[in-house]
Amino acid sequence: MSMQGPIATGRCATGIPSARLAVWWLLASEVFIFGGLIAVFLLYKFNGAPGMEDASLTVTWAGALNTFVLLTSSLTIVLAHDAAEHGDGHKAFKFTWITIAGGLIFMCVKAFEYYSKISHGVGFTTNIFWSFYFTMTGLHALHVMGGMIIMGLVSFDVRKGRNLQRTELVGLYWHFVDIVWIFLFPMLYIANF
Amino acid sequence: MLDYFMPQASTFSGDVDNVFLMIVWVVGFWFVLTLATLAYFMIRYRHREGVKASYVTGEKHSENKWIHYPHYVIILCDVVLIAGSIMVWVNVKQTLPPKDDTIRVIGQQWSWAFIHSGPDGQLDTEDDISTVNDLHVEVNKVYHFELQSRDVLHNFSVPAFRLKQDMIPGRTITGWFEATQVGTYDVQCAEMCGHGHGIMGGSITVHTPEDYQRTMEAIKNGTYESDYLKRLENDPIPIAAKRPQVSQNTVNAGEENLVSSN
Amino acid sequence: MSQTATVQHQEAHAHDDHHHDQSFLSKYIFSVDHKVIGLQYMFLGLLMAALGGFFAYAFRMQLAFPGEAVPGFGVVSPAEYNMMITNHGTIMIFWVAMPVLIAAFGNYLIPLMIGCDDMAFPRLNRLSIQVFFVSILVLLLSYFVEGGGFGGAWTSYPPLSSVAEYSLTNWGSSLWLLAVTLEIVAFLIGGVNFLTTTMNSRAPGMKMTDVPILVWTINIAVIMFMGSVGPLVAGAVMLFMDQRLGTTFFLPSAGGDPVLWQHLFWFFGHPEVYVVLFPAMGVVAEIITTFARKKLFGYRAILYTIIATGALSFIVWAHHQFIAGIDPRMANIFTVTTVLISVPIAEMLFCYIATLYGGSIRYELPMLWAVAFLVTFLVGGVTGIPLGSSGTDLFFHDTYFVIAHFHYTFFPIAIIAMFAALYFWYPKMFGRHMNKTLGLIHFWGTVIFFNGLFMPLFLLGMAGQHRRIYNYQHFPDLASADLQGIRIFATTSLVLLLLFQIPFVWNFFSSMFTGEKAEANPWKANTLEWAAPSPPPHGNFKELPVVYRGPYEYSVPGNREDFWPQHMPDRN
Ligand code: HEA
Ligand code: HEA
Ligand code: CUA
Ligand SMILES: [Cu+2]
Repeated sequence: MSMQGPIATGRCATGIPSARLAVWWLLASEVFIFGGLIAVFLLYKFNGAPGMEDASLTVTWAGALNTFVLLTSSLTIVLAHDAAEHGDGHKAFKFTWITIAGGLIFMCVKAFEYYSKISHGVGFTTNIFWSFYFTMTGLHALHVMGGMIIMGLVSFDVRKGRNLQRTELVGLYWHFVDIVWIFLFPMLYIANF
Repeated sequence: MLDYFMPQASTFSGDVDNVFLMIVWVVGFWFVLTLATLAYFMIRYRHREGVKASYVTGEKHSENKWIHYPHYVIILCDVVLIAGSIMVWVNVKQTLPPKDDTIRVIGQQWSWAFIHSGPDGQLDTEDDISTVNDLHVEVNKVYHFELQSRDVLHNFSVPAFRLKQDMIPGRTITGWFEATQVGTYDVQCAEMCGHGHGIMGGSITVHTPEDYQRTMEAIKNGTYESDYLKRLENDPIPIAAKRPQVSQNTVNAGEENLVSSN
Repeated sequence: MSQTATVQHQEAHAHDDHHHDQSFLSKYIFSVDHKVIGLQYMFLGLLMAALGGFFAYAFRMQLAFPGEAVPGFGVVSPAEYNMMITNHGTIMIFWVAMPVLIAAFGNYLIPLMIGCDDMAFPRLNRLSIQVFFVSILVLLLSYFVEGGGFGGAWTSYPPLSSVAEYSLTNWGSSLWLLAVTLEIVAFLIGGVNFLTTTMNSRAPGMKMTDVPILVWTINIAVIMFMGSVGPLVAGAVMLFMDQRLGTTFFLPSAGGDPVLWQHLFWFFGHPEVYVVLFPAMGVVAEIITTFARKKLFGYRAILYTIIATGALSFIVWAHHQFIAGIDPRMANIFTVTTVLISVPIAEMLFCYIATLYGGSIRYELPMLWAVAFLVTFLVGGVTGIPLGSSGTDLFFHDTYFVIAHFHYTFFPIAIIAMFAALYFWYPKMFGRHMNKTLGLIHFWGTVIFFNGLFMPLFLLGMAGQHRRIYNYQHFPDLASADLQGIRIFATTSLVLLLLFQIPFVWNFFSSMFTGEKAEANPWKANTLEWAAPSPPPHGNFKELPVVYRGPYEYSVPGNREDFWPQHMPDRN
């Protein structure tokens, strides 16, 4: 393909840029995956699967901290988007990297949590609850890392003032990761009945 | 219709067959009607020289009423079918008539263990009589069965009774049947349960009371020979010789000759 | 109008500078052109169909002549039998029905039918086919690991599928699961692309109601797929961890719940059957309107019924689990929803039949296949009702009645509609016509022996013959000589059915080179793909079309011709 790309890519019958549409559809399918996982978890919880009470053993403050970190990073990516809107590539670049830093902190706290659990001999197979805990947070962590990488890749173009709209797209994705966490946090850390 | 292929050997098998018959008639009517219309249009409106097709959008009410009116009728038919089938379902699966006796059916890869409650009519007492792949019941008696599984999902199925129920490890599923015809029928495992799913057969024999007593005695003093094996022997299919031997009393019966043969 | 003209101008200009000759690799293997990718999907799908058909041949022979050595395969052991039915089912659904109907024709036709030069995201498209290809490799690999391929049925119920000691196919199970998951991922990627393209890349002037039904059905199918497959992916992750990491999500002995998998699977599994049904319905719609020279009867009505069916199909899944140990009261609810699905589907079929009313029908090959689809699918549909009503399903569950039912739905969809589409768009794809005589032989052979193959299975089902049994000798009631006779009859039909595929394969390949040349619009159809040259060059249209009307304006009063292409400004 030439740099031009096919005309199909440029067309915009709905008025919404194709890229944004695509990200929306992507997130839609992601929603159903996490939604399924969450629904299954709740089913087990309400059917009183063994070990669910272990939710009280998760490190609540760490989870809370992470929630705070993620929310802030969501704010900074919004700021990055805003800067990009005004064509300020450098500002957008700065805020994007602050967001990535947020992601990094999140991952460190996660790593600490995992370490403290596993070092106490609590792992994947301890019981259903921990299986869920590691599966869900693990899957989410993968998404966080993915987001960080994509933001890193996008940011350099953005600094040169190219493809500014991509800041918005990674922003959408990052909000999604954030929202998923908003669901996971109360389920895995707080609601221990 | 189904009784053409199989005896109706339980109290509810007749009901099941009748519902099926009703469905066949109702749906069959629509099936024929639809096909007939299709066939008529296909012939009547085949291409002829100089005849131009008409322009019908199907958006006007005068046109699409031909689609809509049949619908109210179809919905009506659906209601009838649903009512009929739910009545049978409730009777078979949702009600538990008072029992005369209880049996326990335990599935495992790949054989059946049947536990008869014995003279006292109580399970888990020392006079219980357990058999492998051979279930014995008395005619015209309400039996409650407890389904259990030792490993994977199995399914306790007696076509002659129109009876089917999955067996789930870690659970006990209760149901009932009442046999109405003396005879010996197939017990099938109707849930994929691994390499040996295809050999997981058994038979259920419906006895007259005195015959039942005799069989139970025979089983106790070891002189009983399995109805299931007997039926396997006079197997009408000519290739009976090639049957892998199913040992009657080991768990994982016949696994050795089930793993790949070449 | 003026603004569309300018669009035309810019686009025409933009157009030129992405024509340039490419190397063989970038042209046929790593191409990003939607047509090439579509054909890649089609050939992979047909090859997998041949494999799935071969499995079917091998295990049907075993059923007809138990224990005898099957020519071309050898003696079928129980393990191999289970492995073959499992993979037959999986392949036919995930690697034949979906890739050919949705991916192949979707990729090839959507951009053409909405009048643009490619998908919105060509590279994403290429990624999709590559993931799909990998999924095939993984599936094939699973047959050769020790223990052999997975044999726990395409529904892969745990604990059988999750515990190696039970399935005796340790890596087979995992690779099978991995392959299916990869295939799903491939379709999610492709689906995003389909939806975005249809929404945004439509030709100037093409309103939502000017979009051909086929494009609608494919997109609705994609949306349904997205909505239903998510939970299954989650379940697949859990099942995979049960297999490999020793978690106990589905293991009862450790507090897991095996029935939950069944819910996850069928919550996907039932919508899935309509996911493959709808594109087939779309294909048939395009064909019957073209050959009846009639406007589609009730375009909107058909759209609504499709959407209604799609919505309903999300609340019927437990009709696969009536007797699986779910709360029996639940069965009643699902009986109601299930049987009610007959209403929208009946409406759909009635609209199709009504389309023929007052037509001037030419029975070209595609039309024959399309009609065969309507007839055979009707059989499959009506036989769904005794299964849907719990009172009879408690007998029919997992009998050959079910097998016959869903082959009477799946075969029309995956094979008959697929052939209909092939014969219809072949001139567009390869610029030549297929040989009609060979086509007729193939048609009658396939349709007759398809019925000869599956009609008897209804009888076997009513006789209480249950599924997934490699040899009925262990069930004396089923081992009777006359039931065996029916089995032999079915298998004979299958062998003939397969033989009648040979003329097709020959016709298919030889016509590419020797078939008579086809002009751009051989069937005199309205939709935009026929405005492009056959075969369409890279970039599809000489000049990108502008749309003036709906796709089904046939035999419009006041026109000289009996068709009125969407891109034609004035009367025809
Ligand atoms: C594309 C494939 C496809 C399609 C379209 C359908 C369509 C339907 N299916 Fe089928 N089905 C399968 C594929 C499909 N199915 C598969 C693969 C399985 C087995 C899975 C497995 O276990 O391996 C299965 C199994 C299956 C079961 C589970 C059986 C069991 O295992 O116990 C049930 C039960 O309800 C069912 C019901 C239906 C119904 C009610 C429809 C309805 O959509 C049909 C509606 C259509 C009509 C009714 C005909 C048109 C209407 C009229 C002519 C009007 C007159 C009608 C009335 C008055 C009722 N199907
Ligand atoms: C789309 C779905 C589909 C299709 C088309 C078919 C096609 C066939 N199916 Fe099957 N089948 C299933 C889906 C399908 N099946 C599923 C889901 C199951 C359940 C599995 C399970 O229980 O887990 C099943 C199970 C199943 C069983 C039950 C096995 C058992 O329970 O013991 C049987 C038994 O007869 C059977 C037979 C056949 C036969 C004879 C065909 C024949 O129609 C096949 C004929 C083959 C062709 C027509 C293809 C020919 C090739 C081409 C046209 C391509 C040409 C090649 C090139 C150009 C390179 N199938
Ligand atoms: Cu036990 Cu199948
Ligand atoms: Cu279904």
